[in-house]
Amino acid sequence: MTAALDVRGLTTRFETRGATVTAVNDVSFAVEPGRILGLVGESGSGKSVTGFSILGLIDSPGEIAAGEVRIDGDDLRAMSPDQLRRMRGRKVSMVFQDPMMTLNPVLRVGDQMAMAVRVHDRVSKRAAWDRARVALETVGIPAPAERLRAYPHQLSGGMRQRVAIATALLHRPSVIIADEPTTALDVSIQGQILAEVRRLADETGTAIVWITHDLAVVSSLADDICVMYAGRIVESGTAEQVIGHPRHPYTRGLIDSVPSRGQPGEALPQIPGSTPQLADLPTGCAFRPRCSRASELCRTDPPLIGKDHTALCHHPIEEPAP
Amino acid sequence: MSDTLTPEGNVTATASAAPAETRASRLRDFWSDYRRSPIAVLSLAVVVLLAALSFGAPLVAPQDPYDMAALDWLDAFLPPGTEGSGGYTHLLGTDNAGRDMLSAILYGLRTSFVIGLSAGALALMVGICVGLSAAYFGGRLESLLMRVVDLQLSMPAILLALVLVAMLGQGVGQIILALVVAQYAYFARTTHGAATVERGKDYIEAARSTPLPTRRVLFRHLLPNVLPPLIVVATVQVASAIALEATLSFLGVGLPLTEPSLGSLISNGFKYIHTDRTWLSIYPGIFLMITVVAINLVGDQVRHVLDPKNQR
Amino acid sequence: MLGYLIRRLAQAVVVVFAMSIIVFTGVYAIGNPIDVMIDPGATAEIREKLIAQYGLDQPLWRQYFTFLANVAQGDMGTSMVYNIPVVDLVFSRLPATLELVFVSVCIATFIGIPAGLYAGYRPDSVAAKLIMALSVLGFSVPTFWIGMLLIMTFAVNLGVLPSGGRGDVGSLLGIPTSLATLDGWSHVIMPALNLSLFKMGLMIRLTRAGMVEAMRTDYVKFARAQGLTDREIIFSHVLRNISIPIVTVFGLELGSTLAFAVVTESVFTWPGVGKLIIDSILQLDRPVMVTYLVLVVILFVLINLTVDLVYARLDPRVRLKGGS
Repeated sequence: MTAALDVRGLTTRFETRGATVTAVNDVSFAVEPGRILGLVGESGSGKSVTGFSILGLIDSPGEIAAGEVRIDGDDLRAMSPDQLRRMRGRKVSMVFQDPMMTLNPVLRVGDQMAMAVRVHDRVSKRAAWDRARVALETVGIPAPAERLRAYPHQLSGGMRQRVAIATALLHRPSVIIADEPTTALDVSIQGQILAEVRRLADETGTAIVWITHDLAVVSSLADDICVMYAGRIVESGTAEQVIGHPRHPYTRGLIDSVPSRGQPGEALPQIPGSTPQLADLPTGCAFRPRCSRASELCRTDPPLIGKDHTALCHHPIEEPAP
Repeated sequence: MSDTLTPEGNVTATASAAPAETRASRLRDFWSDYRRSPIAVLSLAVVVLLAALSFGAPLVAPQDPYDMAALDWLDAFLPPGTEGSGGYTHLLGTDNAGRDMLSAILYGLRTSFVIGLSAGALALMVGICVGLSAAYFGGRLESLLMRVVDLQLSMPAILLALVLVAMLGQGVGQIILALVVAQYAYFARTTHGAATVERGKDYIEAARSTPLPTRRVLFRHLLPNVLPPLIVVATVQVASAIALEATLSFLGVGLPLTEPSLGSLISNGFKYIHTDRTWLSIYPGIFLMITVVAINLVGDQVRHVLDPKNQR
Repeated sequence: MLGYLIRRLAQAVVVVFAMSIIVFTGVYAIGNPIDVMIDPGATAEIREKLIAQYGLDQPLWRQYFTFLANVAQGDMGTSMVYNIPVVDLVFSRLPATLELVFVSVCIATFIGIPAGLYAGYRPDSVAAKLIMALSVLGFSVPTFWIGMLLIMTFAVNLGVLPSGGRGDVGSLLGIPTSLATLDGWSHVIMPALNLSLFKMGLMIRLTRAGMVEAMRTDYVKFARAQGLTDREIIFSHVLRNISIPIVTVFGLELGSTLAFAVVTESVFTWPGVGKLIIDSILQLDRPVMVTYLVLVVILFVLINLTVDLVYARLDPRVRLKGGS
């Protein structure tokens, strides 16, 4: 089976005053149709930039320096800007974190969705509105015709996010990049949206990259997980492998600091230190200064260990006996 | 007693030393950000140079152009670069009264700076008082003051100044007063806007609950935080005061002809626009333009540097 | 909606009324017009007679009520200089000013907005930097001096345009206007350009700022992620959003353009109300000053009301208060 999304060696750099920052560093992963990949990391780890890089939406002073992004086998990086634009929305689309901001406040929901329909398909305005209505039904919005006539501020946060997801789904893309789409929502709404997304992935066969800082969310939703730290993927594998038997000390730290896993009243273990500045990374392993397992060896670039379940580490946590 | 005094003394010493240090370093930071635009640095240099030349006009200018005894009718309408009866070259020519244009321009520029700076400073003070009192006291006073300010802001400054000058009569003091009345509203609105945001923050509430006099809370706590936007408005308003004064004088309602003013110089030159004596209106205009544009460019860069969005 | 309109109009009447008192008092505090009007050699008797004729011996409040009573009958007084009813005088001059303002606002809008959009879309390009530099010149260099340079260049040196005055008046859709004749256009274009520069500079900066900000928003990123072209994003999304502040400033600036016409009309000897007010200030023609200022206040109030109504149309988040 060809992967819906295949990313190889993706590297994105930003030129800032006097310094070059590598926000995404040699990132590779693949997602098969109908599967959900959780891309986990702290803010500043490069996970959102990865998402924008896949869509080719990196603006100056940023630049995608290297790598391949294949959707259904076609390399987006080899395409002209206009060919790439035609891929967006049709083959790959994106949903953002804050549903308050992703919809234009002064345009009706229906007009915004119809615009997204008509940019790729030459249909009448009425037909476009019909398609939009059907899309809203698919994501479980009641009275969709009415919602289409509404302005974004007249909808609740959860409703707006469903509209955004429905818009992303309009052309049945092979891949959807979801950048923290539930972070700004109430926990109860979050649960509904997660269930909806899981169902859509199963029914439509869309591959989803779910970007989040919340390990609890991906552990219940994702099939596979990639953990990012300082622009690199430090560990990847199936959800069971990564959550059940983390091999990278950073992943271990993340899992240990999720509240529900400790005993009540017990202090949560925390990863010491803070996310490093991308402009000023330590040599070798970027996690070294915060790592309890670090040694002199970690001043050199860490090796990639493992086959299906990989980690980028000199001193990985031992794999349990099979 | 001495035991308790010493640590207290130490505390005050370090506490007062710290702000002084941060103020100096803040100024350094400001300058290192400001410096990034060569045009802004050039503009600042131009403003400083023009101000120095104009305030030093009695020393620099070859002639006192408003001393009627020094003028010679035979020198009238000398083109730029001609040597007059005074034995020196009139770099920018002379006018219909035999006045050296360069001297007249420098004296006029001095008037412009005096009017612009004093109108700006007074309008700033009045505006701060109005804006801060409205924001601090709130209620009826706030809505009354701000309504007047808004009404005034919806009227163009030129119209207000025109009517005021017509009412007050001609003269430097009258112009300054008219400009202050026309411009204080910009400062009041800015102060009020920034202060209302600050008012909601905890530290003002904290300062209020201690038995400090109102005046201290206003000026020691609220003011420093609304200062950055005011500095930007002030730069722009000084430039606009200079331009307004020139405009009013050009229209003949500003300064009387006996006072040196760029506006009335241009107005005088305008009479000869159909002749080839263009130096009469072009040169004072160029000085006016350079002054106003340079101040505006400085203001632009100050705005850019103080804008939190552009801070590193 | 209707309730809102009625409330706003009632407020407007109060504002106009209050302003008329301020204006009346203010204007009447200025010198004695009789001294300007009569020949210094006239006898005291003639002087007294004239003062009584204009009612200048009455206390201020009585003068104001006389003025109000006359206004109620459509009489704003008689010009002391031209000796004709002020209303006739002002309304004979108003079309020329409106014509000038209309053309200059069109120039400012049709050049300023596209230029600002471009400068905001490609902020680092050379063209954008040039546009911004010109906009700084546009609103910082005093209008009268630019007007003078225009006259020097196009009227004196090149001799292609007349240096002042209004051209032949033709008729367009039944309205007498100089925009109906070629000669009229050759007269109006230079003062209109002069008057538009300030507003154009402002439009450019405003549009650019709005554009830069809008291009950073999530809804623009979202639209790009859907594959919309930059063109579609700018014209369907961004323009609609930045039109809100632009309309507001546009309205407010319409008023200030009327006011700034005072300067341009003086430079180009354009026979509009702006030239009239300067002349009447210099000649202390009180009734003309009062009428002009009250007229300006009324125009301002009407413009503000219109802006608020348009604003509510453009921004669905705004609901007009006071209506039910």
